[in-house]
Amino acid sequence: MSAVLIVARGVFKDSIRDRVPYNLLFFAVILMAASFLLAQLTAGQDVKIIKDLGLAAASLMGVLIAVFIGIGLVAKEVERRSIYSLLSKPITRSQFILGKYLGLVFTLVANLAVMAIAYYGILAYLDWQTPANVKQGWEAAATDPMLLKAFALIGVELMLVTALALFFSTFSSTFLSAALTIAIYVIGHFSDDLRTLESFGASPTVAMIGRGFYYAFPNLAPLNVTAAVVHGQAVTAQHMLLASGSIGLYVAVLLVASTLIFERRDFK
Amino acid sequence: MAIQARSRRALHWIAFVVLLVAAIGTQTVINGAFERFTPIQEVQWVRSPGLMRRLVLGFNSVAADIYWIRAVQYYGSTKIAKAENKDYGFLFPLLDITTTLDPRFNIAYRFGAILLSEDYPNGPGRPDEAIALLEKGIRESPDKWEYYHDAGFVEYWWRRDARAAADWFLRGSKLPAAPNWLQPLAASVLAEGGDQLAARVLWTQMAQAAEQEWMRQTARTRLQQLDAEAVVGQLQPIVNSFYDKANRFPIGWDEMIRAGLVRGVPLDPTGIPYTLDPVSGAVDVAKDSSLYPLRRGL
Repeated sequence: MSAVLIVARGVFKDSIRDRVPYNLLFFAVILMAASFLLAQLTAGQDVKIIKDLGLAAASLMGVLIAVFIGIGLVAKEVERRSIYSLLSKPITRSQFILGKYLGLVFTLVANLAVMAIAYYGILAYLDWQTPANVKQGWEAAATDPMLLKAFALIGVELMLVTALALFFSTFSSTFLSAALTIAIYVIGHFSDDLRTLESFGASPTVAMIGRGFYYAFPNLAPLNVTAAVVHGQAVTAQHMLLASGSIGLYVAVLLVASTLIFERRDFK
Repeated sequence: MAIQARSRRALHWIAFVVLLVAAIGTQTVINGAFERFTPIQEVQWVRSPGLMRRLVLGFNSVAADIYWIRAVQYYGSTKIAKAENKDYGFLFPLLDITTTLDPRFNIAYRFGAILLSEDYPNGPGRPDEAIALLEKGIRESPDKWEYYHDAGFVEYWWRRDARAAADWFLRGSKLPAAPNWLQPLAASVLAEGGDQLAARVLWTQMAQAAEQEWMRQTARTRLQQLDAEAVVGQLQPIVNSFYDKANRFPIGWDEMIRAGLVRGVPLDPTGIPYTLDPVSGAVDVAKDSSLYPLRRGL
């Protein structure tokens, strides 16, 4: 287990040294702050717009970090030929894969935590400068703790995207890995439509293929609770557990598959 | 060597400043020399709410915000445009997409209905679309008494259908969270149909209780319009009495003041003088007043 943590720590340190996450994090925080300006353009929906835009920025930047670092996790080691020295050490390939995965997940969680702090800071400022009579019209408090549920599920989504990027990077080029990861991410958001292709006039065969895709690919829609938390609606613990559990299983499948593929690769 | 490096760095800084000043200067020249580019016609590339919902890949809420901002900007820019034939054709599709992307976007239903109902040229004058939007809101949130209230409002104020308005108020009053004044309002509308009193009750209630400042401001403007209508109703017989004596209408308020019929130039609640047409003798709010045009008959 310690070997896994050593690899994970290496990935975490590498990502901290790498400037890409910093840039994206900075961009996300700027975007959250800019939502203040955007909110001025509309008819009194500032708190909703700031909440929506902040969560969207956190999700989008997280996905970009997960994809663009995830695809290089294995490929970079191979390109730099450092994989040879790594695998000559007492570490199994499954430990290597798991360590790489956890390292990036730690990085993403750290990024998400910073974004959440910035997000709540901006919302607290909005809350402080808004008169009480205006706040009465809000569907939920500006610094509603329920928003953390949306952050938690964004984290789960990023864990899946990381697993996808890592999986593709075990057997394909970085460009193809990025394209395939993004493709699955897009399909994940279309999942509900894949299940009901008949309603769009598709033939029974196409509908059956659609249903096959639906079950084969992870459904990312349940992870999107932004609208619910922003409107102050309840997101049950059962929903959180089921959505996270389902994605957790896909992550496990992807990690096992990554290990299987990686074990077949010849680095001697 | 160190001196060379320092002078190179200084050169880079100078180049940076000079180029930045040149870029800003060019931009200023461009702004002064050319008219601002504005598209000849507004284009809405995606008109299907369902397609848009799929295209945004889970970023529904933020996309709904963008569409809401676009709808408000579209309405505002069309309203203030100097064009002869104002076209509000995209307003309903924009609101439809907004509310499909975020079906619980409360303000988009409520304020959107007000924007859609506004009489031309201040709005598209489509109370039917306003009702359709509110009905969509009711389908999404059947427990929202506010949508029933707003639908009744549109029926009463814009369609002048007191019976339909009372029906909406009554249906809304049966919802668990409905306020206790909604049922009496239904009775009041039926009893006072066509009278200004019920309209004043409705707008006063909205000016006090609406959750958004924009809606409260709209209600305050409507109340000022009602005040202006009342004043116009008082001034018109006085102008007609001038005609009865002089066999012509007065040229302006100065003549009315000299004749001792009014004490000064009458001002509407926003402080702008009422207009007096010397040909027809009609008294009205000025076209540059924010109260123009007045709704008559309520």
